[in-house]
Amino acid sequence: MGVGAHPASTRPATARLPRAGGVAATEGAESLETLRAALEQVTDPEIPVLTIADLGVLREVSQQGERVQVVITPTYSGCPAMEAITQDIKEVLRRHGCADAEVKTRLFPPWTTDWLSAAGKEKLRRYGIAPPPGPAAAGEAVAAPRCPRCDSGNAERVSEFGSTPCKALYRCGDCREPFDYFKCL
Amino acid sequence: MNPESPQRDLFQYALRLGDNALINGQRLSEWCGHGPMLEEDLALANIALDLIGRARLLLSYAGEVEGAGRAEDDLAYFRNEREFRNFLIMELPRGDFAFTMARQFFIDAYDCFYHQALQDSADSTLAAIAAKTLKECQYHLRHSSEWMLRLGDGTAESHERLSRAVAELTPFTFELFAGDDLDRRMGEQGIGVDLQAVAAAWNDKVGAVLTAAAIERPAPAFTRSGGRQGLHSEHLGYLLAEMQCVQRAWPGLQW
Repeated sequence: MGVGAHPASTRPATARLPRAGGVAATEGAESLETLRAALEQVTDPEIPVLTIADLGVLREVSQQGERVQVVITPTYSGCPAMEAITQDIKEVLRRHGCADAEVKTRLFPPWTTDWLSAAGKEKLRRYGIAPPPGPAAAGEAVAAPRCPRCDSGNAERVSEFGSTPCKALYRCGDCREPFDYFKCL
Repeated sequence: MNPESPQRDLFQYALRLGDNALINGQRLSEWCGHGPMLEEDLALANIALDLIGRARLLLSYAGEVEGAGRAEDDLAYFRNEREFRNFLIMELPRGDFAFTMARQFFIDAYDCFYHQALQDSADSTLAAIAAKTLKECQYHLRHSSEWMLRLGDGTAESHERLSRAVAELTPFTFELFAGDDLDRRMGEQGIGVDLQAVAAAWNDKVGAVLTAAAIERPAPAFTRSGGRQGLHSEHLGYLLAEMQCVQRAWPGLQW
């Protein structure tokens, strides 16, 4: 992976999820803003430095009566992280006293790396994964990413596929380190 | 549902697309742990994952349209061979690496042009799935096209193996564009795509890549079809036996 620790070993299961200060699930839901803020902290199980807000996966949080509806857009159609994210969202809502929660998947417009926040890109780089260098161009392989270790622009592609659907493998031509690249889609 | 009601048609149409992705994905996943090198092992498993993901979207939608309470798993695991509607090319054994790559190349090119057109479907769910799928097909096609060049223009052995694969697979490609009454009805409603336009774009792309790969384009004396009628090769039964055995043994089992 080219990073310090395997993400799976750094993921503290559900301990990372924010808790509602001892509030029992039956005491009624908190305000929509509180829920939204809590949901924005849900992390990607495979790249735990990124939240679903950084990724642009979290699209909408709304409330009708007692029911809270969360809309997410999947990154890759087969990405198993989406199932884990859905479970984590429900768990956060439950902890915040929300008994009636629905997580809906919205496919259109399709997810794009253009939705990655600037903060998210910086988190990726510091984690050892090169972020997409620019906007996604339909059907085109974009310019080579910069090495997340030495910032060299002299990187070569090893494979367009990596350890998860969203990553590709590169090697830096200067520091010679292999690295993951969060590919443009 | 009436045999020819619009709802029945839409169910069948989504089912066909879902079956193609499912069977191709299952076949491709056989390479997991057996790829010729680590990078390629990851690539093939990733592409298989995209295909299974697409199959899940399409089969879930098919079940919803059918309205008979069948979910994606019911459609994937509890139908028999004759009820599958995938093209024959999807079920052929994986063969060697050249055969797998030639098949993926033919299918990836088809998927790109097909989903490009399907993005404009009058059915908003199919249009959304197509827009999502297209992004993934584009990098699948980039991957398989590069391998066509590498193998075709590589060593004498890789050239020979790829030539043989292209010759064996070509008779199965005609089924992709044959179309039938359902395709015609879906086209008339603006839900389906113009298969002739897809065929023209596919022929241009395949011709260009084969030329660049120095592979002669075969002119087959016969073509093979039957998947749309559920008339499959012997290979599908074995594939389904492996794919379905757990759910058949413990129906409704959840992880």
